[in-house]
Amino acid sequence: MNTFLGIAAAFAVGLAATSTALAASHEKVKACFIYVGPVGDFGWSYQHDQGRLDVEEVLGDAVETAYLESVPEGADAERAIERFARSSCNIIFTTSFGYMDATNKVAGRFPDVKFEHATGYKRDHPNISTYNSKFYQGRYIQGQIAAKMSESGIAGYIASFPIPEVVMGINAFILGAQSVNPDFQVKIVWANTWFDPGKESDAAKTLIDQGADIITQHTDSTGPMQVAAERGVKAFGQASDMIKFGPETQLTSIIDDWGPYYIERVKAVMEGTWEQVDIWAGMAEGHVVMAPYTNMPEDVAAMAEETEQKIISGEFESFTGPINKQDGTQWLAEGEKATEEQLLGMNFYIEGVDGTLPE
Amino acid sequence: MGILEAVLLTIITAATPLLLAAIGELVTERSGVLNLGVEGMMIIGAIAGFAFAQMTGNPYLGTLAGAILGALFSLFFGFLVLTLVTNQYATGLALTILGLGLSGLWGEAYIGVPGIKLQPVAIPLLSEIPFFGPLFFKQDILFYISIGLVCAVSYFLFRTNAGLKLRAVGDNHHSAHALGVNVIAVRYMAVMFGGACAGLAGAHLSLVYTPQWVENMSAGRGWIALALVVFASWRPYRVLSGAYLFGAVGIAQLHAQALGIGIPSQFLSALPYIATVVVLVLISRNRRLTLINTPATLGKGFVPDR
Repeated sequence: MNTFLGIAAAFAVGLAATSTALAASHEKVKACFIYVGPVGDFGWSYQHDQGRLDVEEVLGDAVETAYLESVPEGADAERAIERFARSSCNIIFTTSFGYMDATNKVAGRFPDVKFEHATGYKRDHPNISTYNSKFYQGRYIQGQIAAKMSESGIAGYIASFPIPEVVMGINAFILGAQSVNPDFQVKIVWANTWFDPGKESDAAKTLIDQGADIITQHTDSTGPMQVAAERGVKAFGQASDMIKFGPETQLTSIIDDWGPYYIERVKAVMEGTWEQVDIWAGMAEGHVVMAPYTNMPEDVAAMAEETEQKIISGEFESFTGPINKQDGTQWLAEGEKATEEQLLGMNFYIEGVDGTLPE
Repeated sequence: MGILEAVLLTIITAATPLLLAAIGELVTERSGVLNLGVEGMMIIGAIAGFAFAQMTGNPYLGTLAGAILGALFSLFFGFLVLTLVTNQYATGLALTILGLGLSGLWGEAYIGVPGIKLQPVAIPLLSEIPFFGPLFFKQDILFYISIGLVCAVSYFLFRTNAGLKLRAVGDNHHSAHALGVNVIAVRYMAVMFGGACAGLAGAHLSLVYTPQWVENMSAGRGWIALALVVFASWRPYRVLSGAYLFGAVGIAQLHAQALGIGIPSQFLSALPYIATVVVLVLISRNRRLTLINTPATLGKGFVPDR
């Protein structure tokens, strides 16, 4: 039912998008964006749209942008991407993991259009790039804060789908937490959705009822933050600064800043210098930004800031051995650092996680 | 607060919007009109509720606005399908798409604005009963309305003359017309009742469930409400049990996950839907009973011949 709704919504917005395309002049570069949620989710899609607005602001009249929101992942995405490719878009950003195959398929059919797929790893054609941010760096810091702040020793983690991106985040959170308190426990609930304020809130209530006093989420709405505020526990924001929804609740938030990358890539198309890349930038490049450390004692904030500085300077890397897999077998030896391929293909929990990873 | 109590409270919150929207749609469908625009009316109710609560600072006025705007929005649907006799399926779908679009437009200014919550109202004495008191007598007003509406609708449909007329219109609009019942007027009222209920359900989302405005926040609940009406074979009290069953299965699966029970989470997430299908199959086995309850003219337009 959700899917149907999405198609319908995509279709409605699509009509609007094509009509603006007809009015466009040919010299302008047209940058198009596909979002998995509504731009008003105040989370993931909202931040991508902020990046689009940055492009408009910086490049001004030389650029024209368009977007489709709430496009479901899977087969429907292909239709939406192709619609954009046909409507004189020069560069298309597809901003969710589940668009991977669809983006690659359409890219093969439109060699003159540039494609940029967020969080994926497939680049089947020379006209498709992938880009991502190292959010796990922020999650490590959150884990450290959680372990310091929690009284019950249990954090609740609202996860979306069991893809490497999310699993990596859970593992980083636990590594951070266990660096402070080796017995720290994390309860994980899979919501199986990126965006459903009601369901995410229910998940937060469930976790609090089962003893968690710190809530963190890898879903996109502000629902869990509000529940945490109501129940008087602490929480971390997701994707954007959610402090307004929990002035006395939010500890910090991992903010995705896509603006610099989008501007750079659209500029490259204008100047004819666009080349295939595989970008995975983090805190050092300013793609991942931490919201102010709030609602915590000074020593905890100081610890968080110290870790942040070390990550930025490159002195510290979250996934440094020794790290064992959940079953106790060795994954990284003492001092060994995980390679990007290892991280991007991560499909297992590390030692210390309860529960089994959904396949 | 014990864990069982906490779980039940969560279930009640999850079930209330489903129940509100479904009981309204039940009345609409009993009059022979199929309104697939529940999702759209719901989201209009959500933004109207949120916006008016913000403007006036009073969540009760917000709730009222949700119901009124939901009803007005359904009136538009009514005009198309009843006066202009357009196709009900297509018009209902259009209403959903329109509602999602309009609410997004209206709600732009409210993105990222913390909402005002509709606070629970404790009923004196009754709310002091251990365990049951806080669950059933210390709730927000929309919970009381939802339960009250189920009883009222059941009484209206099966115990009053007006209810009999409404069902007659739904079962055979030509006969009802021949008997002097104003088919179109009855249907207009039923459609608007459905719209008001869906609006209340939306207001529940933006004022109780998650007191905030985000686009698409109904997230498919309107469609679930539509399914619940069929699930309940158009009987009010079955809608009540259906909504709570649906809410309960949804919350139970979250708890099972957090407890680390080794069932794949995808399966658990699909459980409410599997439950719906199973119950539908069980209900449909008795074909005669199903036929008795199904409004015979459901989805068919009516043009008075004279």
